[in-house]
Amino acid sequence: MTDAEPESLEELHDPSSEGLEGYNYAYLDEHTKREVRRATLKAISIPGHQVPYASRAMPLARGWGTGGIQASLSLLGPDDVFKVIDQGSDASVNAANIRRLAETTADIETTTDTTAASVIQTRHRIPEEVLTDDQILVLQVPVTDALRRVDGSDDRNRTRHAHADYSKMWVALYESVVQWGEVDIGARYPVMVEGRYLMDPSPIPRWDVPKLHDADNLFVFAAGREARIYAIPPHTDVEPLAFEDRSFRVEHFDEEACDACGSTDTFLTEVEGEDGERRFACNDTSFCEKRQRNSDCAKDDHLERSDIAWGPGTGIDPNGFVGDGGEDI
Amino acid sequence: MTFLDADGLTKVYGEGCSACLATTGPEYDRNRCPECDSVVACADVSFEVRDGEVLGIVGESGSGKSSVAEILALDADATAGTATIRGHGDVLDADYQRRREIRDEHLGMVHQHVHDGLNLSFTGGGNVAEKLLSAGWRHYGDIRSRVRGLFEETEVPVDRMDDSAETYSGGMQRRVQIAKAIANDPGLVVLDEPTTGLDVSVQARVLDTFRRLQREQDVATVVVSHDLSVVRLLADRVLVMRQGRIVEAGLTDRVMEDPHHEYTQTLINSII
Repeated sequence: MTDAEPESLEELHDPSSEGLEGYNYAYLDEHTKREVRRATLKAISIPGHQVPYASRAMPLARGWGTGGIQASLSLLGPDDVFKVIDQGSDASVNAANIRRLAETTADIETTTDTTAASVIQTRHRIPEEVLTDDQILVLQVPVTDALRRVDGSDDRNRTRHAHADYSKMWVALYESVVQWGEVDIGARYPVMVEGRYLMDPSPIPRWDVPKLHDADNLFVFAAGREARIYAIPPHTDVEPLAFEDRSFRVEHFDEEACDACGSTDTFLTEVEGEDGERRFACNDTSFCEKRQRNSDCAKDDHLERSDIAWGPGTGIDPNGFVGDGGEDI
Repeated sequence: MTFLDADGLTKVYGEGCSACLATTGPEYDRNRCPECDSVVACADVSFEVRDGEVLGIVGESGSGKSSVAEILALDADATAGTATIRGHGDVLDADYQRRREIRDEHLGMVHQHVHDGLNLSFTGGGNVAEKLLSAGWRHYGDIRSRVRGLFEETEVPVDRMDDSAETYSGGMQRRVQIAKAIANDPGLVVLDEPTTGLDVSVQARVLDTFRRLQREQDVATVVVSHDLSVVRLLADRVLVMRQGRIVEAGLTDRVMEDPHHEYTQTLINSII
């Protein structure tokens, strides 16, 4: 910088730099967008396979959703409606900031209504409401490789992926059943994609894992720190790893219902109020608000069809079994 | 009927040159090529193993016997040669997918070093289960009962099944390796120094166990050892190796009682 230091706040704050002025459309330069789109297309063609890309520095720290932002911004166009959720909430600081970045630089509409959005960026949740074939869910990913649980070496793990050699992961599941009676993995439950690649579905709860299977929408998983993108295209086979006689189970909340809307068929989080009392509340805040207005609102109300499998349905088995259940422990 | 036909197995560590094979071997008393400094671990090793037969390979340290074992177990690539297993063709020529399938389902290996054969942070049962899981077993109850059965067969205390393998004694670890090696009823088992590092009474029990299992299951076996008494106990036929070459081959009794090659005579006299 050759200029003298600014002398006043007005000088520092140049109003002409607000909005699109001074920035390329959607913040990223065209070359970066092309790079990210290319990686995304490749990821879609090889479901579950981690595709490397040139992850750029973003105006927030790596690990705070930089991969998700790059994927979202490279997808967004002027006609898109963008929603950002952080662990089910539209209101978290990070979600609000990412939404505002897209709003100011990509000149798009934003929403908190899942059914109104065309692109949804999310951290660690899949919305309760059923996504459709014209929606894209972009998931932020902290750890790209499911195998890192059992081996810290990415080099060896890449060889395992190439050979489809997942026996070490299976032994870890076996050991976990030996020790605990069931698989002791909560979030980041490993899934097989199209019977080929073992994939880390990002730290979504088990509750959301069945939604990945045979969905109508596209899932894009993007990691900024690790510079990897992977994807699950619509109607892909996604199967959580489980033994034939020890079925995959989702979280269960026994008889609890959401304190705000009364739902018993949503993913609940336990919160402690100021009075010290523990309550359960819907994790997906936008759907909870809908339910508060209309308690009959179903997860697929916005669709013409109503037979869509989207995660654990209403009246799930109290043990959390999905599908046929299986022998109890 | 021939189960395994190994032909011209050769392993050269280093760049290798045209003079390697012609300038090394027992007649030169060296395995390092004077031209290019490559080490010829084994060269032109050919033999057959018939169904249910136990073939012993003996020789001093550095004679190339473990290299042969590693090549047969598909743990190392051969520089030259073929190993034809009935029903699978030349397994050394197979692509990685086939290699892995053959290793997982049709071969068993008991390693000299326990760290190569077992993952000590897993339970003993988990180590055996790994072999079953690699071969596609996905029913937890079936895996448990198979592992339990294998522990009983190899005389590892079943109540130690869910303890970490690093808490096992050396003899138990060797037995777990045997259990793992035979888990998928392989056609061929390779034992590399199955008793080294065990005390004498444990050696005897490990050998007894293996001999019983080998007879019951009639599995073709290659046993590599520097210990002539192990080979005498287990093997029907024996190969004697020196400087990477086979110097003598024959029925175990014949080689032990009436060794023809000078080196074999020294070897046997020095031990007995």
